[in-house]
Amino acid sequence: MTTQSTEQETPAPEPFGGLGQAARNVFNAENSLLVTFLAVVLALVAGAILMVVSDTETLNRAGYFFSAPGDFFSAAWHDVSSGYTALFKGAIFDPATVNGTPTQFFGPITNTLLMATPLIFGGLAVSLAFRGGLFNIGGQGQLIAGAIFAAYVSFAWHLPPGLHVLVAVLAGAFGGMLYGALVGWLKAWRGAHEVIVTIMLNYVAFYFLGYLLNANGFHNPDKLGQAVSKPADADARLPRLFGDSVNTDVGLVIAVAATIATAWLLHRSKLGFEVRALGINPRAARIAGINVGRTQVLAMALSGLLFGLVGVTQTLGTTNPNNNSLSPNIDAGLGFDAITVALLGRNRPWGIVAAALLFGAFNAGASVMQASAGLPVDIVNVVKAIIVIFVAAPQIVREIFRLRTQRAPLATGGKA
Amino acid sequence: MKQTRFVAALAVVGLAAAACGSKPVTTTSGASAAASGGASAGNFTACMVTDTGGIDDHSFNSAAWAGMQKAQSDGKATVSFVQSATENQYTSNISSLLSKGCKLIVTVGGLMADATTASAKVHTSQDYTIVDSGSVPPNVKGLQFNTAQGAFLGGYLAAGYSKSGKVATFGGLNIAPVTVYMDGFWEGVQYYNSKHATHVQVLGWNETTRQGSFAQSFTDQNVGKQLAAGFLSQGADIVFPVAGGTGLGALAEAQQSNGAMNAIWVDTDGFTAAPQYANVLITSVLKGISDAVTKSVEDAASGNFNATAYVGTLANGGTGLAPYHNFEGKIPASLTSELTQVKQGIISGSITIKSKAQPTG
Repeated sequence: MTTQSTEQETPAPEPFGGLGQAARNVFNAENSLLVTFLAVVLALVAGAILMVVSDTETLNRAGYFFSAPGDFFSAAWHDVSSGYTALFKGAIFDPATVNGTPTQFFGPITNTLLMATPLIFGGLAVSLAFRGGLFNIGGQGQLIAGAIFAAYVSFAWHLPPGLHVLVAVLAGAFGGMLYGALVGWLKAWRGAHEVIVTIMLNYVAFYFLGYLLNANGFHNPDKLGQAVSKPADADARLPRLFGDSVNTDVGLVIAVAATIATAWLLHRSKLGFEVRALGINPRAARIAGINVGRTQVLAMALSGLLFGLVGVTQTLGTTNPNNNSLSPNIDAGLGFDAITVALLGRNRPWGIVAAALLFGAFNAGASVMQASAGLPVDIVNVVKAIIVIFVAAPQIVREIFRLRTQRAPLATGGKA
Repeated sequence: MKQTRFVAALAVVGLAAAACGSKPVTTTSGASAAASGGASAGNFTACMVTDTGGIDDHSFNSAAWAGMQKAQSDGKATVSFVQSATENQYTSNISSLLSKGCKLIVTVGGLMADATTASAKVHTSQDYTIVDSGSVPPNVKGLQFNTAQGAFLGGYLAAGYSKSGKVATFGGLNIAPVTVYMDGFWEGVQYYNSKHATHVQVLGWNETTRQGSFAQSFTDQNVGKQLAAGFLSQGADIVFPVAGGTGLGALAEAQQSNGAMNAIWVDTDGFTAAPQYANVLITSVLKGISDAVTKSVEDAASGNFNATAYVGTLANGGTGLAPYHNFEGKIPASLTSELTQVKQGIISGSITIKSKAQPTG
C-alpha cells in the first residue's frame, strides 16, 4: 500500500540522462519550512474531506443539506474529529490511559518511535547518496541484504551475550554497505546509471531472499511450508531500552547516533565536503581534484550501510512480527518510504528525523484510526502522498496561500 | 475560460439541486431498527486483522471477512476489521484492537502466527482465532484446512475427464497453503492411474521432487495466462491454478482455447466468484474459510470459545468439490460415482494422502 504512493517518486520516463536531473529538481526545489508546514496542513484538510466522503451516513445527510444543514455539518464534524482524535490517540497519547500500565501509557508514543526508527535510517541513506548527486532507489535491495547478513549472524553464530547483538548489527550494516558499494562501483567505473541498477538489484535481492527462505540452512524447519528463516538467538535481538513493558529498543539510539554521524560527515568531514561538491557540480569537483569515482563508491557504500541498519531493525528489533526471523516481505516498503522522508526532510539530517517522526506518527495512528473510528487505512496513505506532492511542487502551495515567490524570507510568509 | 466557468456554475447548480431533498422523518423506525440490531448484535465485538493482502484479496482475507459479516447478519456479533499495510503493523494492529476492547480477535494468515501468539501470551484472558495456522492453547483457536483432500478429488476428476492424458497445475508461491492443493491434485491423478492402469501426466508439479511451476504472484494475471498457454502447447487439456487472482489469467487462456482446455478453480466456487469464465470451469476445490470463521465467531459470542484446533476436511465439509454447474451433463456418470467412492475412501481412511503439507492441527 505505502509503496504505491511513493512509486510516483520514480521520475517520469525520459532519456536516461534526464532521470537523475528530474529527481534532482524535485529534491532541490526551494522549500521553506513554511511551505512544508502548509503542505502538511493542506494534506490534513484533504484527508478530512476524504473522511467525510467515505462515510455514507454523512453523505446521505448532504442529500437534504438545504432543509437541515446542521445535520450534515455535525455529522461531518463528527467524522473528522473522531478520525483525527483516533490518529492522535494512536500516535501520541491516549488520555484514557492516564492511570494505565506503562505499556498502555507509553504505547502510542513508543509505537510512533518504533515506526520512525527505520524511516530515519532510510531517509538519511537516501539523502546521503543524493547530496553526492546519486539517486538511490535501491533501498529495498540494500535493506534486504542487510537483513540477510544480520539474520544469518543472529541465528547461525552463537556468541557471548552483548557481543552477539553487536556483531549482528555490524553484519547487517556491512551487508547493506556491500550491496550499496556494488552500485557505486557500477556507476563510477562501468558507467551504469544508478537508478536503473538499483531498481534491478532490488529484484535480485527480493528473489534471492525468497530462495534463501526455502533453502536448507535458512529455512526454519519448525515452520513447515512457510517461507520464514530460523529465529534470532535471544541475545542477538536488539535490547529494549526500558524493560519489556515499554516498546522501545536500542534501534532508536542507533538512529540518533546515525543522524549525528551523518550530519558530522556531511558538514564537518573532508569526505562530506567532497560528496557535496560532487552533488553540486561533478565537473567542477573533478577539476578541483576530487576523485569522483572513489567519492561515488563511498557515498553509495555509506548509503547502503544506513539501509543495512534498516534491515537490522526490521529483523532484530521489536517491530518484527515473526519472532525475530526473516520473512519474504521483511522490507515492508521502507526502501521507497525512505525517499519520501528524505524529500520531506529536505535532505537535512535533523529535518529527516522530523519527517520520519511525522510519518511514523501517521503509521502508528493509522491502526487505531481504523480500529476505533472505522476509517479506511488508505486515508492515511493518501494524506502522506499529498504531503509529498505538495512538497515536491511547492509552487502550488505558494499559490494557494498567496505566498511571495521563491526567495521570500520565512518571517514574511503568509500575507493572505 | 468562460466555458470552464459555465461548467463550474452548472455543477454548483446541480449539486445544490441534489442537496434539496427533504430530511427523512421516519427516524423512529430507523432508531428502533438500529436499537434492535444493537441489542442482539452489539454486545459481542469480533475484530479481524488482515495480513498484507488486504481485505479485497479475493482469497483468505476476503473469505474470512465474509465469514465475519455472516456472523453479524446472523445477529450474533458486531464485526470490524483493520488492514495491515505492511508486516510492521501486525503487532500494533492487534494491540489497537486490544485497547478497543474487542472480545474476539481474528487474525488471518500463517505469517501472523507469531504476532498473535506473542499477544496471546501477554493477554491471557483475551480470545483469538487465527486462519491458516495451528491452535495455541489456551486462548488461540487455529482454523486450518486439509485441502489436499478436496484437491485429491479434483485430480481424480481431471485425470478421468482428460482426453489428452495431460493435466496441469501451478501455484502462486512455493508455500504450504498452496502446495497442499498441488500435492492433493497430483496424488489424485496418480490414484486414478493406479485404478485404471492409465498414464495421465501432471505438468507443473511433482510431489516427490517438489519441483513445479510457480507464478511468484497472487495478482499478476499475465503470468497465469502465460503459464496456462505453455501447458496448453504441451498438450494439457485441464489446468488447476492455485494462485488467487493470478489464476484468472489461466481461465482467460482456457476460454480463448475454444474448448481445447478447461479449468478447475480453487478456494471458492469459481462459477460465482468468476462467472465470466463459467463455461470453462469443470468444478472448484473449496476451502471453507468463511463457514469456519462464522462458526468460530458465533461459538465465541455464545460463550463457547475453545482453543481446540479445527481442521477442515471432507468429513466435516471444510473442503471438497463445488457443483459441476455447466459440466453437469458432460462428466460421465461412472466418473461421478467413482468420485463418491473415492470421497468415502478418504473419509474412512482407506485412501491415505501422503502430502507432508497437510495441516495436523
